[in-house]
Amino acid sequence: MQPPRNNKRYSAWSLFREGLRGHSGWEEAWRSPPGPKSSYDAVIIGGGGQGLATAYYLAKNHGMTKVAVIEKGWIGGGNTGRNTSTIRSNYFYPESVALYDYSLKLYETLGKELNYNIMFSQRGVVTVAHSDAEMEIAARIVNAMQINDTDAELFTREQVLAKAPLLNSGDAARYPIFGGVWQGRAGVARHDAVAWGYARAASAYGVDIIERCEVTGFLMENGRCVGVETSKGDVRAGAVGIATAGNSGVVAGMAGFNLPIKSYSLQAMVSEPVKPCLDTVVLYLGTGTYMFQSDKGEIVVGGGIDRIPSYAQRGNPPVQAIVLSGMLEMFPSFGQLKMLRQWAGVVDVVPDSSPIIGPSPVPGLYLNCGWGTGGFKAIPAGGVVFAHLLATGEHHDISRPFDLDRFRTGRLVDEAAGSGIAH
Amino acid sequence: MQLFSCPFCGPRDETEFLFAAEAGKVRPEPAPEVSAADWSKYLHRVSNPRGATREIWVHQTCGEYFLMERNTVSHVVANTQPLRGGEA
Repeated sequence: MQPPRNNKRYSAWSLFREGLRGHSGWEEAWRSPPGPKSSYDAVIIGGGGQGLATAYYLAKNHGMTKVAVIEKGWIGGGNTGRNTSTIRSNYFYPESVALYDYSLKLYETLGKELNYNIMFSQRGVVTVAHSDAEMEIAARIVNAMQINDTDAELFTREQVLAKAPLLNSGDAARYPIFGGVWQGRAGVARHDAVAWGYARAASAYGVDIIERCEVTGFLMENGRCVGVETSKGDVRAGAVGIATAGNSGVVAGMAGFNLPIKSYSLQAMVSEPVKPCLDTVVLYLGTGTYMFQSDKGEIVVGGGIDRIPSYAQRGNPPVQAIVLSGMLEMFPSFGQLKMLRQWAGVVDVVPDSSPIIGPSPVPGLYLNCGWGTGGFKAIPAGGVVFAHLLATGEHHDISRPFDLDRFRTGRLVDEAAGSGIAH
Repeated sequence: MQLFSCPFCGPRDETEFLFAAEAGKVRPEPAPEVSAADWSKYLHRVSNPRGATREIWVHQTCGEYFLMERNTVSHVVANTQPLRGGEA
């Protein structure tokens, strides 16, 4: 389906025209119906990036526009607005690269497609190794990535330091730089803009985005899910999709089944804005801390998840201390940086660190969850494959390996072991 | 920094503790007769409650496993008790 063209298209000309009119002509980027209609062809629970992208691709790829996205808070207020916005596909297994590299490819043209500036900046990601043994693992990951047909390069110490000259290169470094894994097509994007861009594009197709509406239960008939109960009334639906990240276990519980998902807090923080000093994304294998500099100049820092199962959208101090001590090891010159903000999102951690996409144990109800700490990078691909699932009831080729069934068959996609993701 | 109370050592720093499992899971027996679906359920499925929860934790410094009742949103700990002689 072609996107509807209208005079609300964003362009240099519309900006100029509105400049002459005192910016009085801008309209809401997406419609905000006060409540849901009584029935839709598909209802998606969760108005984060995954849910909004799914709605957009249902309309664009499958011609389904009688679709609602139901969000209990505001769109992009969960993990889509809380992640550290890195987009990469440096995974180990072919199944993972098929998913994440497809996503990266979609991101490369997403701003143009959505007519929304998502500020995608392909500044590259370097994962730094600290010993000969780690360099062998780095070479193994680079080989796997190249065989899987994505870009990867094994960097020497000099190449790493050329990309990030402020890194701790002294003799006394606790984690000396031996080299690393470089993925040049990786980068960062404005995370809110991804949610807003998809919301605007989906809304233009006629998708209803219902904010501040909580799903409280499911409508069941003869063991089949036929809709949802919400705080704004019952809604019948041909297919219902769950895209609720850290709250997926709670929503699944309403439908009467459990998932192999444990929820944890993942925290991040930003510093005060400083002059440009870091133009790539850096991850240390030794510290587990990663960081980049935002367009505003803030240093954005993240690390591992908190070790306490939690639904609290805040981080605990011990992990904060570990992440920041890692930053100081990596960039001693950041010692005087003032940290401005700290926050956390609730991430849905799966034993093999791969998402769960597929039919749920309840007919008519489908799952898009278990992204753990890495759902943002997968938003476009997650949306495409989940829309395919909701529209046809069948797996997309890319999503089949990520079916819930893998926990029974034992055919896990264990990226925790493969690409060394710690969580 | 949160303090958890080990039933054996008293209040200690949260970093000394490790989450082990949700309480109340019983391994299906006898093993040869357990179906793949039931084994998968035991191994991987969790209730992952938002709010009050009962969990098995280990105090790494003394090595004891114990039962902790706490809230996954507020992080308030309601009770900790030893597993010995008690139900889990």
